This record gives sequence, structure tokens and C-alpha cells, in this order.
Amino acid sequence: MVRQHGPASYDPFVIPAPRLLFAVAAGGVVGAVLRHGAGELAPDGPGFPWTTFAINVVGCALLAGLELLPIARRSATWAAALGPGVLGGFTTFSATSEQGRSLLAAGDTALAGCYLLGTLAVCLLVVTVVGRYAPPLPEEDEL
Amino acid sequence: MTVLWVALGAAFGVPLRFTLGKLFDGRFHTGTLAANTGASLLLGLCVGWSVDGAAFALVATGFCGGLSTYSSFAVQTRDLGARAGTAYAALTLVLGLAAAALGFWLAA
Repeated sequence: MVRQHGPASYDPFVIPAPRLLFAVAAGGVVGAVLRHGAGELAPDGPGFPWTTFAINVVGCALLAGLELLPIARRSATWAAALGPGVLGGFTTFSATSEQGRSLLAAGDTALAGCYLLGTLAVCLLVVTVVGRYAPPLPEEDEL
Repeated sequence: MTVLWVALGAAFGVPLRFTLGKLFDGRFHTGTLAANTGASLLLGLCVGWSVDGAAFALVATGFCGGLSTYSSFAVQTRDLGARAGTAYAALTLVLGLAAAALGFWLAA
């Protein structure tokens, strides 16, 4: 069965079903462990946090292209596990904020601005470009 | 061993963000904004308290990293269009930075 797209399939203001919560949690564990592994392989050094930047850009590109995967189009559970789960768990906003705060506290105002606005600009660019080649995401998978 | 703490933190942080989004994301993504702001505050506290080792893996890398998201934030911003998207992105960035600074300051 093909999932419905658009607002009709979206039922907001409701606590998600346990099945969806488990799928999101399982996916989130995978994503967070991958992010941790990337940080172990290539830790963010002083200066521009390239590893976190790369993690966020890659995660954004993959989420924008999620509906290219047949399994994500077919199954709401798989889409939740992969989108809000794996990719939401892989990318991080808190680390970016804290790194920006730390750079500002160190007096690197230009670098902090470059990092925070650069991450936003590149992530918006990749989701826009990938979005041209991928079907739109149902709203529930944008969470 | 560290990786297990990261996994445990994410197992709570990620479904919490999803639930906040389901409950409070409507025309404006209040739920996701709250998740990102709250995770930034908690991470600022962790760094201010010099949390490290297993506790950092559990709370900072796992829970805060899982509770916050850049991928959803970017796609939501794109889909809100120029005006609302700019407001949402600016608010998210400013609140995230302010929350991290507040957490760090409270812990110091």
C-alpha cells in the first residue's frame, strides 16, 4: 500500500503509537552511535568543527532524499525509523550551539559566526538541491 | 563501553524529540524548536560542569545529540518558505546559542 502524502495523512497533536516510538528510538540509537563513531575517528579539533559540520550536512542531504527509498515510501514505520530516527539521531543541533558558544567565549567571533551561519547555509543548500530530485517528505517525517 | 551509554541516551532523547514534534509542531515547529533549545541548554550545563566519561556519553552525546536535530530543522526551514523559514531559522539559532550560554553560565 502506498502511503498517503500531504496534510491528510498527518495527525498532529497526538502522542505517537508505541510501534512508531520504538522504530524512532531504534533508528535514533543507530544514528547517534554512527555520530559518536565519526567523532572518535575524526574528533573536532580547535577551530572550525569540521566533523560536526560534515555530519549535519550529510544527515540533511539524506533526509531530503529519504523518499527516494522505496521502503520509506511504502512504510510509515520505516520512514520514521530512518528519518526522525537514524538521521535525527545522527545530526545534532546541541553540539553546534555549544561549539558556537565555546568559540564566542574564546573570542573567535568571526569563526563562530562563520560556523553557525555556514552550517545553516550549506544545510539549507543541500536540502534544497536534493529536494529537487526527491519526492516531498510527508510532514510527520520532518520531525 | 562508551558506545552503550551513547545508545542508551539516544534511546530516550530521539523518541522524546519525535513526541514533542508530534504534539507541538503545527504551522510553526514549536516542538522541534523546544527539543533543540532544551538539548542546547542541557549540553551547556554538561560542559559547564565538566561532565566527562560515561556520563558525558550518556547525557551529552546520546541524549542531547539525539534530542536535537539538524536534518529536520533544515528541511522544516526549507518547507516554511522565505519569510517563516527565516524567522524559524533565526529563532532556532539564537535560542540554541542563548540556551547553551545559559546552561554553561548556570553551571559555572
